[in-house]
Amino acid sequence: MKEFAYHRPSQIREALTMVVGNEGAQYLGGGTNLVDLMKDGVEMPTRLVDVRHLPLDGVRAAPGGGLVIGATTTNSDAAAHPEVRRRYPALSQAVLAGASGQLRNMATVGGNLLQRTRCAYYADPSQPCNKRSPGSGCSAITGEHHNHAVLGWSDHCVATHPSDMAVALAAFDAVVRYETLDGTHEIPLSEFYLPVGATPQHETVLPSGALITAVSLPKSAVSPRSQYRKVRERASYAFANVSIAAALDVHEGTVRSARIALGGVASCPWRARVAESVLQDGAATADKFRAAADAELSAAKPLRDNGYKVTLARNLIEAVLTELAARTK
Amino acid sequence: MNAFPTSASADAERPAGHRTVTPSADPANPPMSAVGTARTRVEGPGKVTGSVRYAADEPMQDLAFGWVVTSTVTRGRIRDIDISAVEGMPGVLGVIDHRNAPRLNLEAGSFFGPDGGMHLLQNDEVPHSGRPIALVVAETMEQARSAAAALRVTYDEEPHDVNFSLEHPAARPATSFFGEDATVGDVDAELAASAVVVDERYRTPEEHGAAMEPHSATAWWEDERLQVIDSNQGPFLVAMTVATLFSLDPAQVRVRAPHVGGGFGSKSAGCGPQLVLAVMATTTLGRPVRVTLTRSQVFQTVSMRPATDQRVRIGADADGRLRAIDHASAFEVSELADYLENCTELSNTLYAASAIRTRRTAVPVDILPPYSVRGPGATPGSFALESAMDEVAERLRMDPLELRLRNEPTVGPVSGLPFSRRNLVACLREGARRFGWVTRDHRPRTRREGRLLVGTGMAATSFGAGALPSSASITAETDGTFTVAIGASDIGTGARTALSAVAAEALRVDPEQIRLLIADSDLGPAWSAGGSRGTTSWSWAITEAAAELRSQLGDATLPLTVSFDTTESLGELPPMERHSYSAVFSEVTVDPATGEVRVRRLLGMFAVGRVINPLLARSQLVGGMIMGLSMALHEEGVRDPATGRHVNADFAGYHIAAHADVPDIEADFVPDYEPGDPSGIKGVGEIGTVGTAAAIANAVWHATGLRQRTLPIRLDRVLEERVGAENSATRCDLR
Repeated sequence: MKEFAYHRPSQIREALTMVVGNEGAQYLGGGTNLVDLMKDGVEMPTRLVDVRHLPLDGVRAAPGGGLVIGATTTNSDAAAHPEVRRRYPALSQAVLAGASGQLRNMATVGGNLLQRTRCAYYADPSQPCNKRSPGSGCSAITGEHHNHAVLGWSDHCVATHPSDMAVALAAFDAVVRYETLDGTHEIPLSEFYLPVGATPQHETVLPSGALITAVSLPKSAVSPRSQYRKVRERASYAFANVSIAAALDVHEGTVRSARIALGGVASCPWRARVAESVLQDGAATADKFRAAADAELSAAKPLRDNGYKVTLARNLIEAVLTELAARTK
Repeated sequence: MNAFPTSASADAERPAGHRTVTPSADPANPPMSAVGTARTRVEGPGKVTGSVRYAADEPMQDLAFGWVVTSTVTRGRIRDIDISAVEGMPGVLGVIDHRNAPRLNLEAGSFFGPDGGMHLLQNDEVPHSGRPIALVVAETMEQARSAAAALRVTYDEEPHDVNFSLEHPAARPATSFFGEDATVGDVDAELAASAVVVDERYRTPEEHGAAMEPHSATAWWEDERLQVIDSNQGPFLVAMTVATLFSLDPAQVRVRAPHVGGGFGSKSAGCGPQLVLAVMATTTLGRPVRVTLTRSQVFQTVSMRPATDQRVRIGADADGRLRAIDHASAFEVSELADYLENCTELSNTLYAASAIRTRRTAVPVDILPPYSVRGPGATPGSFALESAMDEVAERLRMDPLELRLRNEPTVGPVSGLPFSRRNLVACLREGARRFGWVTRDHRPRTRREGRLLVGTGMAATSFGAGALPSSASITAETDGTFTVAIGASDIGTGARTALSAVAAEALRVDPEQIRLLIADSDLGPAWSAGGSRGTTSWSWAITEAAAELRSQLGDATLPLTVSFDTTESLGELPPMERHSYSAVFSEVTVDPATGEVRVRRLLGMFAVGRVINPLLARSQLVGGMIMGLSMALHEEGVRDPATGRHVNADFAGYHIAAHADVPDIEADFVPDYEPGDPSGIKGVGEIGTVGTAAAIANAVWHATGLRQRTLPIRLDRVLEERVGAENSATRCDLR
């Protein structure tokens, strides 16, 4: 078997020095994705630095009224936190829609953001995949792509990002906080994931060796009126075909504020800003919701076998906004 | 598995009997209570506390581990296997490939003839993707795995074909091993004279057994005897196959399968790749060797149910009487081995019709040889036939339950043979009563609950019943107990518990006085746990041996051992249509905006003969219904259209129903009895699965107005373009 070193630092700086400048080093959170990839020969780290003993656990109130979720907070703890449930219900619902109870007890918030696509070709080292082996080609474009991207993909990669949690975070304008040897940095989640382009192996803007320490959620008037809905090929324990996190504030029949993010459609959580702008200050009607969905999805480029995702995304936007409008009238 | 003569056609080939089997347990004169009593599994505490050992758990001195290397191309030849990087790796004991593997007897196979699927490492040919092409053996499993990853294999690729369909140019008539295609009456004339005709295509994908326990075998030599512990459904038949494959005297081979974590047909196909390779390795290296498949390898190297493509034409009079059933069925095979996915089985026997024609077509493509999985033939065949029946009812604007009742045959519609005990009507009527079918509005798309459409559906079904030759020995011990020895296997169904009850009843003692020995080929010839014929076959042998022993006990000296082989008794059984029956009812909800289908209720009424243990039998039937649900909504082996390789060869990609998909399920029995069996039993292994997919597909039609003729009923096949556009999808205008 492939041997690797394992470290369990207790200080952030100590962790950083173990990874920065070491090409083979990787951070280990819950291991629910990385360890599988190691078993399948997709990832072959020479050093694992376990971050679960760093002081990064827990959900705290942020100055200014938001919440800060520590990077090693487990998915289960994040979903169960009373303030998350009260102020960002779609986030709690999104986390609970993912994986299984056992996996959520292990998986961490930071790791969730960095999990890799579940594209079958990515997970099989005997097949071409530009994300795993740059330049080898994309098997999915001509191959099996029933559950691949319809938005924002490139000729180099059509994989989707698998996270549910990140979809809700995208809708709530979350900010990713990370640490390098130079200090603390922040970047909006909307800028965290890189466009696919010609380099699908590069998924985020994180500098080499940087450690995610927290995700912060700004205070929001609309986030308490939010919902996450995930459509998948069985009732539980499957990745999304399409999912949606939406928040809607309606006053006297007019949309005061709308937040929409889609999952399962692109290489990253897809913030539907076009749809949001169509909705802003407009009538809260099914026709308007549908027009907003159509505007957003006019950019969709379905592959041979995944055109249903466009219909599904359109229907989901309309259905979830309609439910939210009925609830917030 | 289905590799045995089924139902009437096979019975008809048997010589007419001169001896009538006298049941030892007539329902009018019930014997002692061991049979018919709900008892929990005797090995249950051992399983839940972890003391029970599965094949890969057996401790073994000096054990080496083999790791299987599989082909990454779908067709071609191996140009080279470069072992130079592997030989010096830590712990590596050897690499076995086609250049140094023991030569096998290429006649070895199944009932259908030689099976190239077992003839591993005999040449440089790659006949399908995932073909085992080498075994790396090392001191530890991790070392073997690591070395296997370092093996450099190069291929000369050749064009492949995995594009299966009924119209494939290579299509040929399927084997008539289980009887000829049916030709009764003039189908074309009857269709022309029919008031309504349904003519539709139904498709089912490749489906995998997906047993929880991956296949594992450990093999070693003790002097001149080959010892094997393997995960399989029938140790005796596997031992015979190993003997043939390796040109050994059958007495040299002992195969044990003490506890098996599910089979579903995938452990019934002669001799699994794990066992072939383990025997090769222990023979070559002179050490005990264990080979355990990974989950992905189980998908790639172990037989699956082939895809099917079926055309069904049914013609009926306006009053619902069937004039014609024309069932043409194609299925995938491999050039490596013949096989029959007998999809037309139910069309031969379920309904009366003036004309019945069946045509079975095999289409060779570049895949692993398919084999029996979960109600082979009958299950995909039932989906086609019972969906088509529902379509007949739709066009006649008739209650689909009533349509079934109107076409009840009095003798086998094709065979002309009498039914031994046909109890379909009882299942239909009692199931309908419990389900509340009478209040159903038969028009589609009439029930709505908020955003959900609600529908109900049903299907009738049968599954061939019978027994196959087996032998049992019973010893009356000096302490008043009895040792019952039979080469049966318990693949998780509760065979140990059931057979103990059967033996206790036959010997007129308590089950606690029975010591049951199973799962060992040394216990003598016995049928495997397959074809819903395990318990019937084994019980017959035990019952007859017990009767013989009781007749000899008198003042005999103990211990006294008596053996019985059922081959002769079975041959004397008069030919008849012998089947289990069931009626399945389902209720589904559909969200047309998302295509999500959820099964809300499932109810099955079953006529399965006398029930040995209602707790275990119900558990098998409920499990079978869940498998049918899973087939209806989830299961689909997917191949890359360009490379022909499996894309979803794991449980993340190959979806089976999760707990959240499984609703309230009711399975219950109508009183039934099989007169041709000494214990009156029929078998419960597969009938639970058979009718469920059609019952669900018919309910989805009832909810939405749209027919689902391709499985699984994926959300993209149900999804509707416009939310809230009422009735836009409805193509029917009933009433």
